Amino acid sequence: MGDITIGSMSSQYYDVLKEIGNIGAGNATTALATLLQSKIDMGMPEVRLLKFSEIGQLLGGEEQVMAGVYLAIEGDINGSIMFLVKEEVAMHLIRKMLGDMTSDTMGDMEKSALKEISNIITGAYLSAMSSMTNLSIIPSIPDLCIDMAGAILSVPAIEFGQLGDEMLLIQSQIYDTVAIDGFFIMVPDMESYKKILKALGMTV
Amino acid sequence: MEIKVGMADLNVCSGSDSITTLGLGSCVGVVLWDPKSKICGMVHVMLPDSTSIRNNTNTAKFADSGIEELLKRVLAKGAKRQNLVAKIAGGAKMFSIQTKTDLISIGERNIEASKKKLRELNIPLKASDTGETYGRTVTFYPETGEYHIKRVGKELKII
Repeated sequence: MGDITIGSMSSQYYDVLKEIGNIGAGNATTALATLLQSKIDMGMPEVRLLKFSEIGQLLGGEEQVMAGVYLAIEGDINGSIMFLVKEEVAMHLIRKMLGDMTSDTMGDMEKSALKEISNIITGAYLSAMSSMTNLSIIPSIPDLCIDMAGAILSVPAIEFGQLGDEMLLIQSQIYDTVAIDGFFIMVPDMESYKKILKALGMTV
Repeated sequence: MEIKVGMADLNVCSGSDSITTLGLGSCVGVVLWDPKSKICGMVHVMLPDSTSIRNNTNTAKFADSGIEELLKRVLAKGAKRQNLVAKIAGGAKMFSIQTKTDLISIGERNIEASKKKLRELNIPLKASDTGETYGRTVTFYPETGEYHIKRVGKELKII
């Protein structure tokens, strides 16, 4: 296998991610609007390549408490994906979904609601990816973690760490009454990167 | 002054300064300290082994090459080899799903690799706070040798 670094493939892969971001966020917005029964708008997703040293500048810094949902993907593409929102944004979404049943703390019911919301959002991105590439992508059961941003992001960062010192992510914003800043991070393994580019007719 | 160490990064400090890394997850914060000269250094280790990865120019990223580099840096700052002791923290398991690459147990492997390197270099491991499932913000004070560990919703721990 040839040498792949995030830098060397970035221009092609950027465009792919941007497109996945657009379609995925569109799908997610529709799905969320249905689930939460409210009008939701979406902003232009941004693809960002962050040096490990810059990860702290994302949102409120390394110690900002966030909710991260992480799942493995299998099928034609192997790897993992993560969806990340600030804790207060997570609580807002949960309140919307559960209505009066919510307490203000993150209990079992709140966690399970958040997993469900994340499933819908990650599913929207994955189906965008899958239909663009014609590759099958099967997500695992999600796991949820509420902790410092740095600690949660260390998990995908370590996966990217095997390729270089940067991390690729899609930042998308959707709005209902508040702005919902969400981060979507997909880490296919090296073999899968090639498959994705190849499926899109790009030279590897 | 508080000196900040980023992800896959290292630095040294001494005297009344402190050195910190924020939001450690599965990574490990390894500290080398000379109690006599009050000189210390910290490396934020992401991966266990530099020899198993082609892209390994950033020595601070790996337990083996990172601790070696840190040793050079604290000695260059004036620490004495025979006085050095180590403290480590981090290596949490943030998620419990299974991926094919098995990176989920990376925290544990980072801890093991760090301990192994310290043994090889004959630097005694004085204290550690590792594993578990939560993130840590760690700060080391070379004047006292205290390693402060902050966690979300839990009280401060000092090792």
